[in-house]
Amino acid sequence: MERSWSAVPVLMALVMSPFLFSVINRTKAFFGGRRGQPLLQPYADIAKLLRKGAVYSRTTTRVFRIGPVAGLASVLAALALTPLGPSGALVSFEGDVVLFVYLFAVMRFVTVLAALDTGSAFEGMGASREVQFSALGEVAFFLGITALAALTHRTSLSGILDALGNSPEVHGGRPVHFLVGSSLFVVLLAENARLPVDDPETHLELTMIHEVMVLDHGGVDLGLIQYAGCLKLWVMASLLAGVVLPAGSVHTVASAAILPAGILALAVLIGVVESTMARLRLVMVPQLLVAAGVLALLALIVVPG
Amino acid sequence: MGEAMVRLYNEESLPLEVVSVVDFEQFRHLILGTLAGEAHLSALFGVPQDRGVRLYAVVSDTVHGSMGLAATDVGDSFPSLTPACPQAHWFEREIFEQWGVRPEGHPWLKPVRFQPPRRGTTAPSPPGVTDYFSMEGEEVHEVAVGPVHAGVIEPGHFRFQCYGETVHHLEISLGYQHRGVEAKLVGGPDRRTIHYMETLAGDTTIGHATAYSQAVESLAGRRPTMTAQILRGVAAELERLANHIGCLGAMAGDIAFLPTRNFCGRIRGDVLNLTALICGNRFGRGFLRPGGVTSGMDPDQISRMLARLDVVEKDAEVALSLMFDAPSVLGRLEGTGTVPAQTAASIGMVGVGARASGLARDVRSQLPYGIYRYSSVPVCTYTTGDCFARAYVRWVEIQRSFAFVRDQLGSLNGDGFPVKPLYPGAGRLTVSLVEGWRGEICHVAATDAAGKFLFYKVVDPSFHNWFGLACALRGQQISDFPLCNKSFDLSYCGHDL
Repeated sequence: MERSWSAVPVLMALVMSPFLFSVINRTKAFFGGRRGQPLLQPYADIAKLLRKGAVYSRTTTRVFRIGPVAGLASVLAALALTPLGPSGALVSFEGDVVLFVYLFAVMRFVTVLAALDTGSAFEGMGASREVQFSALGEVAFFLGITALAALTHRTSLSGILDALGNSPEVHGGRPVHFLVGSSLFVVLLAENARLPVDDPETHLELTMIHEVMVLDHGGVDLGLIQYAGCLKLWVMASLLAGVVLPAGSVHTVASAAILPAGILALAVLIGVVESTMARLRLVMVPQLLVAAGVLALLALIVVPG
Repeated sequence: MGEAMVRLYNEESLPLEVVSVVDFEQFRHLILGTLAGEAHLSALFGVPQDRGVRLYAVVSDTVHGSMGLAATDVGDSFPSLTPACPQAHWFEREIFEQWGVRPEGHPWLKPVRFQPPRRGTTAPSPPGVTDYFSMEGEEVHEVAVGPVHAGVIEPGHFRFQCYGETVHHLEISLGYQHRGVEAKLVGGPDRRTIHYMETLAGDTTIGHATAYSQAVESLAGRRPTMTAQILRGVAAELERLANHIGCLGAMAGDIAFLPTRNFCGRIRGDVLNLTALICGNRFGRGFLRPGGVTSGMDPDQISRMLARLDVVEKDAEVALSLMFDAPSVLGRLEGTGTVPAQTAASIGMVGVGARASGLARDVRSQLPYGIYRYSSVPVCTYTTGDCFARAYVRWVEIQRSFAFVRDQLGSLNGDGFPVKPLYPGAGRLTVSLVEGWRGEICHVAATDAAGKFLFYKVVDPSFHNWFGLACALRGQQISDFPLCNKSFDLSYCGHDL
């Protein structure tokens, strides 16, 4: 693996991740018979927020201010571990999958702490929901990655994805790809506050999960949170694309393009899901996440050898 | 004892003295006796006298298609009817707040609107400042929402007592929109009156203006022309269409079902534009006046309206079938926010909320008025009383209303539409019931010897149904509140007056 190329996926994520939201938005607009917002709107929104000042409630402490920065930092760290295509990740070591999964947990932890720090009933409610659902989502996430590790006999993300693409011996594991892919997709929807788990468009604080936790953030803080959200979606989407797509089997320019295309296709898929189904009742969400966990467990069971 | 309530039909008036004042025991006996049958309390209110307050009760008897009236004089207090008849509870709180007459034994005597008393000098507390029911316990928490909400909607305060995600009790505190309309109407009708009526609840302009016009016409002993009645019916059904479609679209939005939300928002506007085609205003302001309507439709307008109606109906059909065919939508609506028929009946719900719980309550077919005397509209009911039932009843009513409008436009022949000024007769009393798109609108008016309003009482359907929403939330998930709220689609200003 040539280290010099490893920075490319990171740069691509930093630049392209808000664009995923444009793709989702355009897809939804298409289904809704609307034109949709300009493609660069997410960038403009983040830029606007970064130029703004922030207002802090007197009941909040330093925890509240650390939240967005720490959240962005952990997702950036996860990004460094994420390989995209043949070049591998910026940082990679055996066992980094555990760190990868728990960097998202760290991000959630600081967001929840910041939400609880406001003392608002809404944010407490959102935090409680987030923690409940992610406890189930984490199991599915971890089981899925364990299945992949068992399939490829590797424990670093780069190693796993590289093996998935290159080693002929893992091609017998197609059911594993499919099962882990489905499970990861559900986890991705839940982790990124998308339908049918959360409604990113609602203004109704009583029904929100993720949005309600960041209600009290404004200005730069909110800009950082939104950017971190974009990166998180990108990172998880690139993992999913790496699992599902047979890229990497050829070290060419074509294989380098196939994964970003897959990520964008995933954004379209998210848009389609959000346009064609209603949100789940909140009490049903755990069932969905448990189902994702069962799929991942099944993948672990059917790993050949 | 044993005497019946004074019987009155819709669009009729009586000499004021016919409603004889009975003693309280008999008043109570009459009301409870009538309500034991297929009847509900349409209004219960106080009118100040030289000494004390006179209480009037209006009971709508849906079987006989008539209304019963009773009156009694009370001093500073009276034994509350609420323990025996829960549907009186909101009315008695209103009487207590407005006139300082205490219903003794009322279980929950608190302000309804936090309005200044219309008699006496007690200062009101600011809206929302009162004691709320509360639960205690380590894991119980209270969530307060409003009066300022996240969406662009009217102000209202909601207090949830939650155990985890489950709501054990919701208390609704309104009054932020109180304008003192009823007090301003006394001594009318004058040039302002119709404008107060058209804005009692802005989305029910036609409904309240119909109720008012009908009240004045009954007091004057005149009926508008057939053409005017047809046009009123058309305008009323268009209002129902626009609001029902808007409501279903908003419900789809609350459960994040985007296609229906997007299309319904637009279709609602298309229907409002049809009203504008008749009278020049999307909400029908300035269209209805006592005595008739202010503009007619020529054959060209009628054919344009019919053509546009076809397009709108097709669009609505597509957008709403999509919603009612989607399993994820049905899974979300069914079993959410259930009001059992017994609860709905005992708290006196009206309109869509009552019909969704299986109560056949529709003024249009049971106490018909105007054009509905000649063209009946079927009562659409459902049995489950949940959000699905309320949505489904709206959907069926949308289909009926399209058919009704098309039918009426076909029978419209363009004769003149003069509105002559109409003055109420002296010393008379009338009750005007109208089925607005939310439900039963009740206006009670009486005139003095000079033909001026002695009192004018307005009961918006929201006044009956807000407590239904509180009941629907018992044992529900707090995250389902916005959906339940939208499925009732009640008015804040119609309640607050």
